[in-house]
Amino acid sequence: MITFTDVHKSFGPKRVLRGVNLDIPKGESMVIIGGSGTGKSVALKSVLGLITPDSGTITVDGKDATQGDRDAFLARFGMLFQGGALFDSLTVWQNVAFRLLRGSLKRPKDEAREIAIEKLRRVGLTPDVADLFPSELSGGMQKRVGLARAIAAEPEIIFFDEPTTGLDPIMSGVINELIREIVVEMGATAMTITHDMTSVRAIADKVAMLHDGVIQWTGPVSQMDSSGDPYLEQFISGSAEGPIEAVR
Amino acid sequence: MTLTAPLAALGRATLGVLATIGQVTLFALSAITHIFRPPFYAREFAVALLNIGWLSLPVVGLTAIFTGGALALQIYDGGSRFSAEAVVPQIVAIGMVRELGPVLVGLMVAARVTSSIAAEIATMKVTEQIDALTTLSTHPMKYLTAPRLLAAVLVVPVLVGIGDIIGIYGGFLVGTQQLGFNPSTYVRNTVDFLQQSDIVSSLIKGAVFGGIAATMGCYYGMNSGRGAQGVGRATKASVQAAAVLILAANFLLTSLFFTS
Repeated sequence: MITFTDVHKSFGPKRVLRGVNLDIPKGESMVIIGGSGTGKSVALKSVLGLITPDSGTITVDGKDATQGDRDAFLARFGMLFQGGALFDSLTVWQNVAFRLLRGSLKRPKDEAREIAIEKLRRVGLTPDVADLFPSELSGGMQKRVGLARAIAAEPEIIFFDEPTTGLDPIMSGVINELIREIVVEMGATAMTITHDMTSVRAIADKVAMLHDGVIQWTGPVSQMDSSGDPYLEQFISGSAEGPIEAVR
Repeated sequence: MTLTAPLAALGRATLGVLATIGQVTLFALSAITHIFRPPFYAREFAVALLNIGWLSLPVVGLTAIFTGGALALQIYDGGSRFSAEAVVPQIVAIGMVRELGPVLVGLMVAARVTSSIAAEIATMKVTEQIDALTTLSTHPMKYLTAPRLLAAVLVVPVLVGIGDIIGIYGGFLVGTQQLGFNPSTYVRNTVDFLQQSDIVSSLIKGAVFGGIAATMGCYYGMNSGRGAQGVGRATKASVQAAAVLILAANFLLTSLFFTS
C-alpha cells in the first residue's frame, strides 16, 4: 500500500502540492486525474524519490519511501514515462532488458534478451523490432517498448505517467487495454496519472482528483459519474464553466 | 530604480558565480568518488574512450600540424631579426610540448567533446531519460558521469602526446621543405633540447584539461533547463566554462611547473 500523508511541495513561489493525503491499496489500480500543472507528476515522482517533498511523508507498505536501501526499493517499481524515455543509444531489447543487464537483477545476456523479446511480444511487438533503435519506431511502438521495459523485471508496483498522451484514439485504446490486462495479470499495484477520461474508465479501480494541490475527491471509478463533486463533474464534462478556472 | 540597484545587481551576480563554483566543485568531487565505487559500467567507459579519444584524433592532428607549421614560420621570421633563425627546432618543440599542444588539444576537446556530452546529457534530462535511469536502479552520476570523466582523464593526455608529436612534425615539414633546415639536424636539435619534465608537464596538463572538459559537459548537461532552449544554453555554457577553465588551469600549471 502506498500512503501519502500531508505531502507539500513548492517550486520557488509556486505551491504545487498543498497537503496531499491519499491511500493506494495493494493490488489496486489508482488513477490520479487533474488539469495540466496541478502536480500529478510531482506526486508520482515524489514516491520514487525523483522529487523530494518539502514536508509530509510517503510510505510504501508502512515504510518511509525516503529511508532504507534505494536499490531494493526501486527494484519493486516499474514506470512508463510520458514520452517513453527510451535510451537512444541502446537498441529496443537492451532498453527493455536494461535492469536485467546490470545491478542486482543482472542475468546472462542471452537470458535477458529472451525475457526482453517475451515482454515485447506481450505488448504486441514482434521480435524483429528487438534490434532496432528507439528513433526507428513510431510513437505508439515507443510507448509499447516503454511498457515492456516497465514490466520486464516483474515489479510489484507500476506507475504510468500520461500513458496515452500523443497517441491516436485507436492506439490509446490498445495501450489502455494492455495496461489493464498487464496490471490484472501481474496482480500489481498501479498508479496512473492522466487527464484522458477514456483511460480512466479503462484502467482505474479507483480515481483521485488532484486540484489546487490537494485531493478534491477520491472513490471507486463506478461512483465517479455520480460523485456530486463540482470539480470532478466539471473535469469529466470538460466544461469551461465551473469551480475550476479555465484560462482563455 | 534606487542608487544602490547597480550594487545589488553586482552582488547578485557575484553570489551566482560563487554558488556555481561551489556546485561544480561538489559535482566534480561526487563524480570522482563514483569512479572508485562499484558498480562499474565497462561498456559506457569503452564508448567514452572511443568518442573522446579515437574520434578526436582527426581534429587534433589537423590542428597540431597546421599550428606546428605556422609556429616554425613565425619563429624563423622573428628569429631572423636578430640572426637566431637556427632556434626554430628547439622553440617549435618547447612551444608545442609545453603550451600549444596541451592547450590546443584541450580547447579542441572542449569544442568537440564537452559540447557533445552536454547536449547528449541535457537531451536525456529533457526527455526524462535521466529519471528513467534512476527508476531502473541506475545512478546517473555513476552511469553517465563517472565513465566519461575517467575516459577523458586517461585519454586526453594520449591525445596531447599525439598532438605534440604531430605539431613538431608540422614544424619539421615547414623547416625542412620551406626554410632549408637539414632533416637530421632538425630532429637532433629537437630531441636534444626537450627535457623529460617538458613531456611530463604536457601530459599532466592533458589529464587536467580532460577532466575539466568532461566535468563541464556533464555538469551543464545534468543541470540543463527545459526544452530545446535549455539544451542549447547548457551546451553553450559548458563549452564557455570548459574553455575558460582550461586556459586558467594552464596558467596555474605553467606557473607551478616552470617558475622557480
